[in-house]
Amino acid sequence: MTIAQDALQLPHLNYGALAPMLILFGAAAVGVLIEAFVPRRSRYALQLVLGLGALVAALIVVITESGTRELTAGAAIALDGPALFLQGSLAALGIVALLLIAERTLEPGGPFVAAAAVTAGTEEDRTQAAREDAGTEVYPLLLFALGGMMLFVSANDLLTMFVALEVFSLPLYLMCGLARRRRLLSQESAMKYFLLGSFASAFFLFGIAMLYGFSGQISFAGIHSAIQTSTQSTTLLYIGLALVALGLLFKAAAAPFHVWIPDVYQGAPTPITAFMSACTKVAAFGALIRVLYVAFQGTDWDFRPVIGAIAVLTMLVGSILSVTQTDIKRLLAYSSIANAGYILVGVLGLSKDGLSSTLFYLVTYGFTVIAAFGVVTLVRDADGEATHLSRWAGLGRRSPLYAGLFTFLMLAFAGIPLTSGFTGKFAVFAAAIGGGQSWLVVFGVVSSMILAFPYLRVVVMMWLSEPGESTPTVSIPGALTSATLAIGGLATLVLGVVPAPLLDLTNHAAQFIR
Amino acid sequence: MNLGQWVPIVGLVVLGALFALFSVAIAPVVGPNRPNRAKLSAYECGIEPTPEPVGSGRRFPVKFYLTAMLFIVFDIEIIFLYPWAVSFNALGTFGFVEMLLFIATAFVAYAYVWRRGGLDWD
Repeated sequence: MTIAQDALQLPHLNYGALAPMLILFGAAAVGVLIEAFVPRRSRYALQLVLGLGALVAALIVVITESGTRELTAGAAIALDGPALFLQGSLAALGIVALLLIAERTLEPGGPFVAAAAVTAGTEEDRTQAAREDAGTEVYPLLLFALGGMMLFVSANDLLTMFVALEVFSLPLYLMCGLARRRRLLSQESAMKYFLLGSFASAFFLFGIAMLYGFSGQISFAGIHSAIQTSTQSTTLLYIGLALVALGLLFKAAAAPFHVWIPDVYQGAPTPITAFMSACTKVAAFGALIRVLYVAFQGTDWDFRPVIGAIAVLTMLVGSILSVTQTDIKRLLAYSSIANAGYILVGVLGLSKDGLSSTLFYLVTYGFTVIAAFGVVTLVRDADGEATHLSRWAGLGRRSPLYAGLFTFLMLAFAGIPLTSGFTGKFAVFAAAIGGGQSWLVVFGVVSSMILAFPYLRVVVMMWLSEPGESTPTVSIPGALTSATLAIGGLATLVLGVVPAPLLDLTNHAAQFIR
Repeated sequence: MNLGQWVPIVGLVVLGALFALFSVAIAPVVGPNRPNRAKLSAYECGIEPTPEPVGSGRRFPVKFYLTAMLFIVFDIEIIFLYPWAVSFNALGTFGFVEMLLFIATAFVAYAYVWRRGGLDWD
């Protein structure tokens, strides 16, 4: 067989616009080489500098490229307003999460296991938990995950999107299993996340096959034009849309695909939980809006009621189940499910406002949730973090500063004015009303009212109870965690008081290209 | 639609199934039966069979997993190398540089495994 020598057209690559992803993947590969060749004691500093440097560089490149609106790499990657905005958000949230991950003063050696292959619960394991410095594989894994997420939000065809999904999912599965303490819980969470995530990926892939069967295309533009012009039965189209949406909603933590969230959020090391709850949400919703707005534009009469029902279910499941939680990490997990519902409400505005409010909400929620998990890492006793809610009673007396910060973050989650939680919710609900989806907003408000109860219960417990014998201490955070808390708290406040600049930015960015 | 053209394929499937059933059924009847230990053991490509862990609580050494993972790294590398080699001229310098980069990244994984002791069996 001969291959036509001149038929092969090389795709045009806009290296400048692809640079953020190339920087992160390159830095991650260098990070793996550091793990291989640099002596153990020097690795931490090198990895931290490399990770921070790569993320800052990626953020700067995204900002300088912010005017780019083009399809590149043979139309496999779309660098348009939403993609660049989400890439910038991922880099910024990634920097904050990295600071939390790199904290080593709260616990000798840091929150990660030194040698993950040592059997949990053995004498050797206790020795390494007490003495040895944490392994540093988590830094390259973080960079791989962030690079994959950036590709995920800018993928312009289904196969690129699937590859990106795997690129960011596989490091996340690993990172969940790296906790220094309560290792069986951590490994269980990694296993559960891996198994359920694999099923979700398989559904996603099957959906791609169905959509290809319908349209003969994998690019979003191709699917869109096939929807407009095709005369064949739409059965394959709707099966494909349902399966692809299932895969994305699983990552976004929407009910009924949410069951992995509480276990994984609880078992994973808290800095990783913070990273997942902020960045995975940005990535998953970034991909979901692109699929719905670019590929399936014009079929909204068909998918809107279904995804609307999922949004309602998500808000109600998240808010009602968070009332019964007794563990702070599980409470924040259910609250993250409810927040996925609010973001879905914004997505279903299906307008420019819907898009820009979704982008806005993702950023505000990300900063607040990272800071909230940052406070969780501070409340500790001899066995590590004390996450049971009863242990948080009277914490306001022990440490007014951090209890005050946590109170502020809880009020932001509850949507009190002058916090970013309020402006974010206002934006998504207004977009949904603008799109004629008032019924979603009714459920959204009801769910917010239910959700205020568990948040305020934590606040009341912290301030109005006397500290008991079992009240743990609040550790003094090192510089890195302090920076995380300061950035997260400030972002929550500033985006609540003066949201206009970011809203302008999201409005400006809210235009897909096809 | 004319299904008649598929009849030979169905016939072939039926024939294949009949032949397999016939072979299995006839072998113990006509063949001599002289078992020994080597013949009865599980077939593992001519290697002495490794005893399997039985029951719960016994573990496979993680080394098998490492070896399998490393195999997959090179397996995937080969899958990309063949089509590249076939269309080398058409892809030109761009394809050559891309392939070098790809091999370099695969080598990063290999270097990590090698330096961290993944290749030492004991």
